[in-house]
Amino acid sequence: MEKESDKISCLVLPILVALVVLRVLYVLYWTGKPIQESHSLRTLIVLGSGGHTAEMLSIVNVLQKDRFAPRFYVAAATDNMSLQKARVLEESLIDQEENSRGNKIVASQFMQIYRSREVGQSYITSVGTTLIAMAHALWLTLTIRPQVIICNGPGTCVPLCVSAFIFKLLGLGWSHIFYVESIARVRRLSLSGLLLYKLLLADQLYVQWPQLQRKYPRAHHVGSLM
Amino acid sequence: MDEAANENYSSKMVFVTVGTTCFDALVKAVDSQQVKEELTNKGYTDILIQMGRGSYVPSKVTREDGSLTVDYFTFSPSIADYLKSASLIISHAGSGSIFETLRLGKPLIVVVNEDLMDNHQSELAEELAERKHLFYARPQTLHHTIQAMDLESLVPYTPGNPMPVVTLMNRFLGFPTE
Repeated sequence: MEKESDKISCLVLPILVALVVLRVLYVLYWTGKPIQESHSLRTLIVLGSGGHTAEMLSIVNVLQKDRFAPRFYVAAATDNMSLQKARVLEESLIDQEENSRGNKIVASQFMQIYRSREVGQSYITSVGTTLIAMAHALWLTLTIRPQVIICNGPGTCVPLCVSAFIFKLLGLGWSHIFYVESIARVRRLSLSGLLLYKLLLADQLYVQWPQLQRKYPRAHHVGSLM
Repeated sequence: MDEAANENYSSKMVFVTVGTTCFDALVKAVDSQQVKEELTNKGYTDILIQMGRGSYVPSKVTREDGSLTVDYFTFSPSIADYLKSASLIISHAGSGSIFETLRLGKPLIVVVNEDLMDNHQSELAEELAERKHLFYARPQTLHHTIQAMDLESLVPYTPGNPMPVVTLMNRFLGFPTE
């Protein structure tokens, strides 16, 4: 009896592992290639603090609003200013839209996420908070089902991108990840940027300084946003 | 008499901002006699300090014998108006206030906070100083920087453009790019 089950596990395990590996490779292969054909894509926009938010909103400002819609804004739970600024921008868009065409655009949503690590928090306690942040990110990914994720550097974007990747692996949805490194990074990528670059999680990664692009050749140089 | 003198008085304000951080070293440096002297020599008349969460409180000075006035506050929802009315800005190295100032075309001295652990912020200030968009200082060297600075040598900053990012995203997703 035991021998039988041993034999089965000997066979089944390698097959399972091979399937998982194949799935990971398949997802990584399609990451970086356009595969969504749709008029508009559910867009998750991850906001950071101060400078990060200013850069992100300058991008949102010139996005084709009917294509990147509806839009979901996520910011750290400790950050009230960023979502407020995004709200102001979205409200001005609604006004413009109503004036020009008289039809209402799909309302944007604003959400908060637990931060995996506060500035100055010890590494030991941050293991626990990272797990909570990860669970929260999975929940947000489940409710938003983003098809596009645009992020630019706050630590909060990593759990969100990882959970989007898990959803891709499980075949629960597909999201294209665009990462814009902050203008403050001149010589090295931030930890978030480096993780997304090394783990091949981002479909495209943009940098604002030419010397960064030379250092990370898969990145795209887009010049200054600010 | 005094009133009339004040009206004719052309004020040149220095606005100091530390953002949401705690940067006592900068506030102390600005409040020092050395820095005040250099600012007076350069013709500045008023200092306004946004001191954030710092615990060092500068001493307020009102205009008496033609000396530099000093005033401060902790936070303001927007520093745009202060930047606009200032003739010189001395700022922490946060990218938000750096670009807000550069886009207004105001002369800027960025002072790097050496107490911060992950000091990637100095990268940006150094790069922009190399391109002559601003002056770069440390709290201890601020008075030298003020003494040596030549505002004529600054190169105006051309504001950036978010379109390239959006064009690349559109192209990637197969959306039409105008």
